[in-house]
Amino acid sequence: MALEDICRFKDRGLRTSEKNSAIPLDFFTPPSANSASFCLPNHSTTVRRPFPLSHGTTTLGFIFQGGVIAAADTRASAGGGADCMLWERILTREIRLYQLRHRRRLSIRGTAKLLSFMLHPFKGTEVCVALTLCGWDKEAGDCLIYVCSDGARLQGDIFSVGSGSPYAYGVLDGGLKWSLSKDEAISLAREAVFRATHRDAYSGNNVDLFHITAQGWSQRKREDLKEEYYRDMEKRSKDRREKIKRE
Amino acid sequence: MLSAQGFGDPGKMKDYHYTGPVEHKFSPYAFNGGTVLAVAGEDFAIVASDTRLSEGYSIHSRDSPKCYKLTDTTVIGCSGFHGDCLTLTKIIDARLKMYKHSNNKTMTSGAIAAMLSTILYGRRFFPYYVYNIIGGLDEEGKGAVYSFDPVGSYQRDTYKAGGSASAMLQPLLDNQIGFKNMEGVEQVPLTQDKAVQLVKDVFISAAERDVYTGDALRVCIITKEGINEQTIPLRKD
Repeated sequence: MALEDICRFKDRGLRTSEKNSAIPLDFFTPPSANSASFCLPNHSTTVRRPFPLSHGTTTLGFIFQGGVIAAADTRASAGGGADCMLWERILTREIRLYQLRHRRRLSIRGTAKLLSFMLHPFKGTEVCVALTLCGWDKEAGDCLIYVCSDGARLQGDIFSVGSGSPYAYGVLDGGLKWSLSKDEAISLAREAVFRATHRDAYSGNNVDLFHITAQGWSQRKREDLKEEYYRDMEKRSKDRREKIKRE
Repeated sequence: MLSAQGFGDPGKMKDYHYTGPVEHKFSPYAFNGGTVLAVAGEDFAIVASDTRLSEGYSIHSRDSPKCYKLTDTTVIGCSGFHGDCLTLTKIIDARLKMYKHSNNKTMTSGAIAAMLSTILYGRRFFPYYVYNIIGGLDEEGKGAVYSFDPVGSYQRDTYKAGGSASAMLQPLLDNQIGFKNMEGVEQVPLTQDKAVQLVKDVFISAAERDVYTGDALRVCIITKEGINEQTIPLRKD
């Protein structure tokens, strides 16, 4: 695991966050009036960034009789992307350390709680992390937990996160049943991401799909949604032509 | 304070504009322009950048390349705020040395990319205003390009343009290297000569339309033999 204590780079004169030594990352903050009394940056004293950081994506997860399905688009956007990438690495490191120290795997609910507590000091800052942890463990069976940097930690059967989530929820709520087969569930998840990427400007490119069961996870081959769009257009024009022929 | 209505921009309702004193906070950032490009081939990688350093309407230097050699198989291109580019490359060099001394081996391109991601994220709340692109050879000898955003999000690509003219170059690369939006073409892999020619052509186009890009083009070609540098003149206007 490469996230060593690399950011404890003493020569640079970084302030170490003594209050939060659990977080294996030193954050450098611009000098502010409150810096003596308050560790973490406040909105009013931040330096204005010359570039915008945007957030946009569509992710979803749901539980059905055959396990858990997780799907997401692949359009990367600055800001939220970096936060999620780094925090996911930090979380991976921490659960690996837990496994080595306690000789057992951390449960999904434990992982969610750990992440939530690690993110808590950053509440109120611009850090934007929203994860849906999907998996299986022997304590809870199939499990789906939503964790976000606002402090929310919710267990549920169906979640969709991101700018495209309203569109994804519409498709999922319409088609989701507990008794779906594996192929039907995969096709529903694909359809939901496809419809969301079509309508949401900030989502797009490809769709990644994972299926998780007690035996492990498997990943579907990444699919370019452009092809799906053209297939859909072809189907619609074919239906229209048949409708005209019948009349 | 009344503004003179006969002068200034018509139609901007100057009657309702605030015309008193305005306080400007010191901004620690500046934009120094420059464009960087990296392409990965089967057994080579190319990192290219223009050499113009500008600020506002002035040019500070016509000979300030933005590619920095990190190891024998890795080159990084940094554009954005020159102050942060210099400091960031110094920090990366120091970290490379530290790694070499503790682990007795040179860092691989993938490892440098992962390390840079954490360096950038360490400044999440006061970011380095730098758009980085790393080009090099991976452990198997294949070309690798890693592109970053200012706060550390990164991914491996086949090609990427960054900097002021990136929005002009990236679609052209998508078409010529990625064969996007083309029907019925034979998707041949990119040869080294064709890639170098494409990079030169693409920068000539960028220099035409982007004011911050021009003067000269520095191309670094990374193969297992080493790093070969070429300098090609561009428009100076």
